[in-house]
Amino acid sequence: MTLSAVKTKAAALQAAFEAAGAHPVDCPILLPAGVLLELYGEDIRTRAYVTSDPVEGEVMLRPDFTLPVVERHMAEGAEPARYTYAGEVFRRQEEHPDRASEYVQVGFEVFDREDPEAADAEVFALFSKALDGYGLRAVTGDIGILTAAVSGLETSAARRAALMRHIWRPRRFRALLDRFSGKTEMPASRAALLASQTPMALAGAMIGLRDETDILARIETLRADQAEPKLAREQVAMLEQLLKVSEACPFALEQLRDIAVDMPAIAGAVDRFARRCEAMDRRGVAVDQLAFEASYGRSSMEYYDGFVFGFARADRPDWPLVASGGRYDALTRQLGQGREIPAVGGVIRAGLLVELER
Amino acid sequence: MSIKLGVPSKGRLMEKTFDWFGARGVALSRTGSDREYSGAVEGVDGVELVLLSAGEIPRELAAGRIHLGVTGTDLIREKLVQWDQKVQPLAELGFGHADLIIAVPACWVDVDTLDDLDAAAAQFRARHGFRMRIATKYHRLVRQYLHDGGVADYQLVDSQGATEGTVKNLTAEAIADITSTGETLRANHLKVLEEEPVLRSQATLFRSRKAAMEPGDRAAMQALCDKLNVG
Repeated sequence: MTLSAVKTKAAALQAAFEAAGAHPVDCPILLPAGVLLELYGEDIRTRAYVTSDPVEGEVMLRPDFTLPVVERHMAEGAEPARYTYAGEVFRRQEEHPDRASEYVQVGFEVFDREDPEAADAEVFALFSKALDGYGLRAVTGDIGILTAAVSGLETSAARRAALMRHIWRPRRFRALLDRFSGKTEMPASRAALLASQTPMALAGAMIGLRDETDILARIETLRADQAEPKLAREQVAMLEQLLKVSEACPFALEQLRDIAVDMPAIAGAVDRFARRCEAMDRRGVAVDQLAFEASYGRSSMEYYDGFVFGFARADRPDWPLVASGGRYDALTRQLGQGREIPAVGGVIRAGLLVELER
Repeated sequence: MSIKLGVPSKGRLMEKTFDWFGARGVALSRTGSDREYSGAVEGVDGVELVLLSAGEIPRELAAGRIHLGVTGTDLIREKLVQWDQKVQPLAELGFGHADLIIAVPACWVDVDTLDDLDAAAAQFRARHGFRMRIATKYHRLVRQYLHDGGVADYQLVDSQGATEGTVKNLTAEAIADITSTGETLRANHLKVLEEEPVLRSQATLFRSRKAAMEPGDRAAMQALCDKLNVG
């Protein structure tokens, strides 16, 4: 596989995205590390190359285009807007040294607040068309249904917030559910702390930025949580049932509607899923055969918070995703400091398509 | 040719390594002046002693420039990606014990587990506006451990020494470091989380999977391993 073949492929994909109404953008390769770390957390360091600039300090080789495209749109873009880009991204491969650490991504992003489901469908249909004939298997999901389910749990706001924070960390999420539902015992150290009338008596010297106010506030939170009744088993069971949904879209929708009868909080999100299916159908996507997995994108796609999708080579589970994308409204909210711009998009790895063509 | 054995070049680690080999009939010694880093091996043929900083031994093993090396498990795991494909542990030497642990201020009476640490990190970020800082030099090991433990809203800050002092100096909120007795932690008003340590480390004899060997080297390696009763 030669670099020129990859670049030719990337240019063809980008031309298709331009033909679909996207404006081509160029983005810098060196990005300020601080913003990326703030957004993605420390784990980004396992995926991105960090280097240092004598003036700017820590900088990262772009691990993806999302951040620069969103920042650019916020600074100068008018809505609605569609962008396309093509270029190298750089990923450290600690776990898979055999995978490429530098490869070309071609992307398409839509910033449009009018009709989110139509925008989701537009992106997915465009990707389906671009990837037609490569024998890839598409899987979709919707993190929005999960967040709706969590926000509808009959328990304290603090517990819902804790679960929400860990939606993207399935194991931690499970541990929290087990604790809130009383399935796991409280650690002895916490029981002792809560039993104590004078918890600060043994604190000793106060050092560090996290001060007595912080510590007492957390003890208050723990006491309030102790007074809270256990999260009902039925609630946990419903959530588990929801997470297990894995069917072709029409059957998944049917199952989700059934679950929504007992879990009315997800009804709105399930309606949005239904509208997205209709919009995809209108754009010629074979929705009847399209896979939907309720847990899809939970462990690998941290910043997506609505529709998610991926295209994989079915016969090669060792391959990375050939294309992936989703909706990331929360990320624009965080970057925009309160100003939210609903956004959905995705990327294709041009080099993997060239390999598939050989 | 001969096979090369890398040993820490100074201090207790070197002395204890010499003792361990000596007890098995292989006499290692430094030659020349006190300041000269060269050594001799007696009791087995075809083995050359290379004195190195313990921190460089993992890299030398992975590059195949030495065939055998003595260093801590912590350094092997931190410095080598896919370490088990590059080196093979032959024997734990029974000294240089140290655990890599996470420690927080002892005044944090509400934090004893990773679960607590995660909750405290979320609260800290909300109140102070930045991610809780954990000072360490073991970035990869600690990041993996916290990832597996589901801790979010933290950041690692690099500390190559005097890590226990960072909390008092307000450059970190917690630390991850090697500890053998815990006295330094206590003196700095820190306590260890009630969890399995990030890693239990001790001085270990490793064999490089990358070092080339000539026919004569194989015989020398076999003779040495037989004498040490390892491999």
